[in-house]
Amino acid sequence: MTALHTSGLGKRYRRRWALSDCTLQIPEGRVAGLVGPNGAGKTTLLQLAVGLLAPTTGAITVLGGEPAGGPDQLAKVGFVAQDTPVYAGLSVADHLRLGAHLNPGWDDSYAQHRIDRLRFDPAQRAGKLSGGQRAQLALTLAIAKRPRLLILDEPVASLDPLARREFLQDLMEAVADQEISVILSSHLVADLERVCDYLVVLAASRVQIAGDVDALLASHHRLIGARRDEASLPGDQQVIHARHTDRQSTLIVHSRRPILDPAWTVEQLSLEDLVLAYMSQAADAAPGRRPVLEVQR
Amino acid sequence: MIWLTWRQFRTQAVVVAAGLSAFAILLLVTGPHLVTLYRDSALASCHSSCGTQADDFLTTVNSVAPYHLVYLLGALLIILLPAVIGLFWGAPLIARELESGTFRLAWNQSVTRERWLAVKLGVVGLASMAAAGLLSLILGWWASPIDQAATIQPVGGFENRFFPVVFGTRGIAPIGYAAFAFVLGVLVGLMIRRTIPAMGVTLAVIAAVQIVFPLWIRPHLITPVRNVSTVTVGNIQGLGVNPGNQQIQNVMVAAPGVPGTWIISNQVTTASGSTSLGTVPQACQGPLASGPQACFSALAQKNLKSVVTYEPPDRYWTFQWLELGIFLTVAVLLAWGCFWWVRRRLS
Amino acid sequence: MIEFHLDSRSGVAPYLQLIHQVRHALRLDLLRQGDQLPTVKDVAAGLAINPNTVLKAYRELEYQGLVAARPGRGTFVTGTLSGSSLAAYAPLRRDLRRWLDRARGAGLEEESIEALFLSTFRSASEEDIA
Repeated sequence: MTALHTSGLGKRYRRRWALSDCTLQIPEGRVAGLVGPNGAGKTTLLQLAVGLLAPTTGAITVLGGEPAGGPDQLAKVGFVAQDTPVYAGLSVADHLRLGAHLNPGWDDSYAQHRIDRLRFDPAQRAGKLSGGQRAQLALTLAIAKRPRLLILDEPVASLDPLARREFLQDLMEAVADQEISVILSSHLVADLERVCDYLVVLAASRVQIAGDVDALLASHHRLIGARRDEASLPGDQQVIHARHTDRQSTLIVHSRRPILDPAWTVEQLSLEDLVLAYMSQAADAAPGRRPVLEVQR
Repeated sequence: MIWLTWRQFRTQAVVVAAGLSAFAILLLVTGPHLVTLYRDSALASCHSSCGTQADDFLTTVNSVAPYHLVYLLGALLIILLPAVIGLFWGAPLIARELESGTFRLAWNQSVTRERWLAVKLGVVGLASMAAAGLLSLILGWWASPIDQAATIQPVGGFENRFFPVVFGTRGIAPIGYAAFAFVLGVLVGLMIRRTIPAMGVTLAVIAAVQIVFPLWIRPHLITPVRNVSTVTVGNIQGLGVNPGNQQIQNVMVAAPGVPGTWIISNQVTTASGSTSLGTVPQACQGPLASGPQACFSALAQKNLKSVVTYEPPDRYWTFQWLELGIFLTVAVLLAWGCFWWVRRRLS
Repeated sequence: MIEFHLDSRSGVAPYLQLIHQVRHALRLDLLRQGDQLPTVKDVAAGLAINPNTVLKAYRELEYQGLVAARPGRGTFVTGTLSGSSLAAYAPLRRDLRRWLDRARGAGLEEESIEALFLSTFRSASEEDIA
């Protein structure tokens, strides 16, 4: 089953399209990273997925159901919004009680165990928690309701490195333990590199590329060689990004087949290089340029 | 969901409950003495034509502090209660969640938005109506000696219960006001999304309704009775003169004597219906050494008419039920508006 | 029990790093037959990496005949590498030393030697695949 399926999804606020022509099929069982610059539409896409927003055009289904379509659908999807809202006046223990009362699938022993391990004072008001602690509390609430899919909107953006590491550790532990699918967004690739096995690059309100990380890294290469015009490359090699000096060309290229031209030095790309290449393509591109889409079978 | 609603509502509920309880204690402490005063007065044993006795009783009450103060305080509290409920229970209910972003936490638990709203509206709405009902009940109990006396003879700042300002402080009407104010606050908060501005708008609307409704809507709920009678020497009570041009400004005439009537308007017109009553008669000018009789006779000869529109006292409870019904209906409509807004507009 | 670490700047895929660390530990006799490898959950949580990455590494090691997964109990070491110590490949080592001497004699610097070796190694691997 697909965790997230969209076709032609678009969302418009007054006159601006926050997201347009978004077609994705993220399979279950993955930790999918949604990466892109601020304002690219990541939060919009994730909020559409949890039913906080309704689409302007197109369709979206999450785990085969309509987002926020009913109590069952809501129970299947856990969500942590950007800047992790919590009830400042309620204590940590109150938040757990909130979860227990509002979620039939609530796993209280897991929640209590996590609070103990994080060494939270249950009586402390959530408003007095640090950013990292709030993120951990929000994550606890999202995981303890035993969802099939976790959606996290920039969960570690405002955390210090240690808090960030601890958050991701706990997230990976939950994924290993409970076989949850995850979709998380970030504007930093470094956060995503270790944890994601599926990647979606969102820039200029459109999907630029999407696919399994292994497949993406295997089909993109950096070519370095003597100065050459991009148009001279064979048709099945698509240039994503090009830099030329008077003597040398450095191209980032998408090609399903290995590149055997001896004129090129072929190098592997890091995930960060790949993302940056697509983001600069989006920044330079004329509107309406069609993205390359990898659909993993 | 009920637990969560209560937990979030706890502080506001306790504050209002504490205030009302303190006032209730005040009433419980002073009430019995008021009852004793009544039983000892001549009014209690009077069965007909008790105007003077009522007058005496109310004057006594006025002279014993703190009764008049408590009476006014009670009226003030129950008049302000809808505003307090609208501002502090209604407006922040949803607006605070929208403002702080916590709705993104609440709407991703396994309860639908509609159920979340329904429970909040239900629990706090019922609490609002209960608060208003209880306050009205206990205030009505405490003030019943005064109300009975004032019905016979309104004196010293005490009016009969049908009188516009007093009407809204007794009976079941306050329950409707509270429900209306609460749901209004919730809807305004939903639409404006910011607590403080929502409180401001809610206050403005509630105040406007509390002024406009008794003045311009209530009198027309049931067509008032209109009574035209001749102005005679017997019922003239006074004369108002415009000193500049010696025109009669107004003539004060005693109104129909049934106790507990709501007099909506009391006007003196000429026989043809005009309100300009002409020049002051000779007999009324200058110092009236031999008393007002001659002046009043002169006025009576002008063949003036006294036009009184009023609601008879037996319509009191009809009006109470009507008002409760109207405000509850509006509250229900506003609640439906809340559901519509939450579903459609917040996407 | 072995403890894993990741060098995120080495350019080597995480699952390969895990495999290398297991093989290295086997060679140095830090891991013996019958030892249990850390659970997927512990490795994923400890390193903050995707559990599928760990699974992939463990599966590859199983394919190489070095470990075996026992359902419900964990992954255990079943093979050894100490037998195939590098000492057994002395002739290859000698040939390599000679090649290095010739490369230095031709005037190549350390970096050029490394670049020459790596590019030849990679293109040879790709030719095998192609």
